[in-house]
Amino acid sequence: MSDTILSDTILSDTALSAIWLTVRLATVTTLLLFLIGTPIAWWLARTRSWLKAPVGAMVALPLVLPPTVIGFYLLVVMGPHGPIGQLTQALGLGVLPFTFWGLVVGSVFYSMPFVVQPLQNAFDAIGERPLEVAATLRAGPWDRFFSVVLPLARPGFITAGILGFAHTVGEFGVVLMIGGNIPDKTRVVSVQIYDYVEAMEYAQAHWLSAGMLAFSFTVLLLLYLFNPNGRRQ
Amino acid sequence: MNEASVGNIHARFCVAHPGFTLDVDLQLPGRGVSALFGASGSGKTTCLRAIAGLEHAPDGYLSVNGEVWQDDSRGLFVPTHQRPLGYVFQEASLFPHLTIRRNLEYGMRRVPTSARKVSLQQAVELLGIASLLERMPDKLSGGEKQRVAIARALATSPRILLMDEPLAALDLKRKNEILPYLERLHDELEIPVLYVSHAPDEVARLADHLVVLEQGRALASGPLSETLARLDLPIRLGEDAGVVLEGEVAELDAEWHLARVAFAGGSLWVRDSGMPLGRHVRVRILARDISIALDTHTDSSILNILPATVEQQADDTHPALALVRLNAGGVPLVARITRRSAAKLQLRPGQTVWAQIKAVALVG
Repeated sequence: MSDTILSDTILSDTALSAIWLTVRLATVTTLLLFLIGTPIAWWLARTRSWLKAPVGAMVALPLVLPPTVIGFYLLVVMGPHGPIGQLTQALGLGVLPFTFWGLVVGSVFYSMPFVVQPLQNAFDAIGERPLEVAATLRAGPWDRFFSVVLPLARPGFITAGILGFAHTVGEFGVVLMIGGNIPDKTRVVSVQIYDYVEAMEYAQAHWLSAGMLAFSFTVLLLLYLFNPNGRRQ
Repeated sequence: MNEASVGNIHARFCVAHPGFTLDVDLQLPGRGVSALFGASGSGKTTCLRAIAGLEHAPDGYLSVNGEVWQDDSRGLFVPTHQRPLGYVFQEASLFPHLTIRRNLEYGMRRVPTSARKVSLQQAVELLGIASLLERMPDKLSGGEKQRVAIARALATSPRILLMDEPLAALDLKRKNEILPYLERLHDELEIPVLYVSHAPDEVARLADHLVVLEQGRALASGPLSETLARLDLPIRLGEDAGVVLEGEVAELDAEWHLARVAFAGGSLWVRDSGMPLGRHVRVRILARDISIALDTHTDSSILNILPATVEQQADDTHPALALVRLNAGGVPLVARITRRSAAKLQLRPGQTVWAQIKAVALVG
């Protein structure tokens, strides 16, 4: 009896494991997005190729597409009969849907514009001049990137990191499509809330929802404190 | 034959964009200050950027004191960061995230110790920026920033210093604050300087060699005083047409506050601005400030009257005016007079005349 009261008032193990899973997913996704998104954003900021518009549009797609559409296509592509699914099977990795790493792949696509766009804006704002100056001061291309671009684009990286992390935490549709609802593996907070509501466990749903609300507000508050006037830096 | 030779700079570039072409083949001395002079759009900055490798001008050739940096016939193009050059941009472009000291060290740390000839200390002292080292760039005035930018370029021990209108973004006061430092560079360092400018006074003050660019082509290239005395160029220089003479302070007249500057062709009295005897100075005489007389007039207020011979006469832009080149003891002068006066005096080459000089400006 006392157990039920406890689980009614404080977060249950199920909820805690959902939170932990969500944090892990968002962290891994954000780190991967820094690795993948930085070169894409750099290329988009510098290129004069005709591919700039199509690639920019591709990256921005998740902003307008319903998450279920992204989830559906990823499910098809990564499924046992899809090209990526066959590749992962051939490599002995099994199929990705309904696994943690499947969720990571989905999240990377889903949160891509939230990382790439702030980075691209930051790179654009730096302009050519500091790089030319660095070149005349004997810095090679990689040296210029690490000694000039990274420090000057720091506000962009902070914005990108916060938005990428927060957006991954808030995803629901993609997870449901390619992750399902497997405890400890794919049941993240947003799905857990859905479960609670379905099961009429409103008290638990309240705790988690309020937590999400507080988290989201804090994140955005930090963002506005870091960049009070947009990207004037 | 190897085109690269020690002791000079050979730059040949041909850039063709719609509405703009640069087509130059320049031989510049490997020491002293060479000015690339021209109006905006004349291609002087493009030329400098091509020399730095910031722009790849196709079919180019560039050698600097014996080292080939670009030769497209052999597919050779040394990237900017591997060229031992210093570049000063029009805006100081300091790294905003680094202190002045770290800005100065940025280039220096990337030069192997064995190749460092200019110490940080030297660069700091030469530009007078010792008190600024621990500050951030946004706390500096425009003139201070530009001095730091010059010191930063020098600290890499460059084999050539490229300066793209380093004073153009500054007001007159800041400009006058920096010019003495540039003159010190000229006097104390052995590094050849390419100086892009559209300001005749900067050129008169700093340059030893002058290249006049117009619409992407070099109209003239040669030693400063010779090039300034060419009668086909003053037209392009307009009101600023004139010559620059080098001499030294030979006598001081305390009573009248005048100084006598002796040069190869005689001497000129200038206002005494406190220079010591023996100081090497430059004076600039504008064509409009020289008039020509057949006799000496002792009843004139004009202080400087030099004997000279007429060498050549040419038309000026306005049909009323003519330009006359005079030879004052081997030193060329250019006078702008009316064509009516020239006809009245019946000027002809070889004639002996008196050059009456109304104003002489000491430029450094």
